[in-house]
Amino acid sequence: MEIIISNSSNIPIYEQIKEQIKSKIISEELPEGEMLPSIRSLAKDLRCSVITTKNAYEELEKEGFVKTIPAKGIYVAKINLALAKEEAYHKLENILTTAITQAKMNDISKKDIIDIINILYEEVL
Amino acid sequence: MENILEIKNLTKKYPNFTLQNISFTLPKGMIMGFIGENGAGKTTTIKAILNIINSYSGEIKIFNLSHREHAKLLQEDIGVVLDDAFFPEILTPNDINNSMKGIFKNWDTKMFYNYLQEFSLLPNKQIKTFSKGMRKKLEIATALSHHPKLLILDEPTSGLDPVARAEVIEIFQSFIENVDCSILLSSHITADLEHVADYITFINEGKIILSKTTNELLNEYGIVKCTEKEFQNIAPEDYIKYKKNKYEYEILVSDKKAFKAKYNIKVIDKITLDDLMVLMIKGEE
Repeated sequence: MEIIISNSSNIPIYEQIKEQIKSKIISEELPEGEMLPSIRSLAKDLRCSVITTKNAYEELEKEGFVKTIPAKGIYVAKINLALAKEEAYHKLENILTTAITQAKMNDISKKDIIDIINILYEEVL
Repeated sequence: MENILEIKNLTKKYPNFTLQNISFTLPKGMIMGFIGENGAGKTTTIKAILNIINSYSGEIKIFNLSHREHAKLLQEDIGVVLDDAFFPEILTPNDINNSMKGIFKNWDTKMFYNYLQEFSLLPNKQIKTFSKGMRKKLEIATALSHHPKLLILDEPTSGLDPVARAEVIEIFQSFIENVDCSILLSSHITADLEHVADYITFINEGKIILSKTTNELLNEYGIVKCTEKEFQNIAPEDYIKYKKNKYEYEILVSDKKAFKAKYNIKVIDKITLDDLMVLMIKGEE
């Protein structure tokens, strides 16, 4: 599993960890039932605090992506992939709606928006 | 969560300095960074925890035991690196191993020699031939080799180069892979703490001014930079401290999201522990 953390990003580190594990679960790179690294070993390997990895796992558990089996470990939970994807689409629609509203207010054309998306798509990691 | 260290109302008076009502707790399995200016009271607090100074008031509990009544017992379970205490220069690491065997019941000769090797310290060389960084590493190796549950480290990374610091920090993180172990670590190298410390406790002029999770500090606190005109529109309850610079105002806020929602000010930066210290100490209320 690969996780890339940026210390200069404005996104909190626990959120970066959470989102990356989540996307690996949605893409099925991490299949259901797969054991995940413990809170402490993940903290050590990512050189971050224990509370950070603990928060990431707690949120993943709250959202139903992982489950903790006491004294055994943390595992990828059974998730409804279709539902998870639908949620991701829904989130994206919300963000784009805001962007399009902003564009319309400033008289930016549809073509320009698509051009910007094309450029940014290549730039974003 | 169980606490490994609990300090309540610790007060110690010196002619020119008072440690006032120090209270904080360190849960099991966590690293706490202890920060503050030189002379703020970090070392005095650490010495009180270690029973090196006496005639103070307040309560210190380690593993839920009063540390005054169980001093002998606790000595086994606490690993210590102090900033100003060094081993005698004519000793070699071999000598240290021999004397520690007599002091600590749980002394682990194998572990000690493993650390010596990891840190590239020759067992038969006298300490006087060691650099400052090598001496620090020797102290850290010694502190870890009697299987303590609590590590108390006063400036353990000072004098170490960046590569050695990374090595040492990794060893600290391995140490707390055991859930029953914790570390209290004072440091001026705040970047080390930002990464690995779970909690930050900040002492200034003998008082604790904050003790919080590092995530809360780094993710929620922020520095607003604005003009004088903008500053005058900000309600005093919405910031902690401010500092007027030549070209701008810097304002420390405890909840940058809420601040952003309320005021239309463009620059709200993430904070570093260094920024936090400077604004807390030099800023005005």
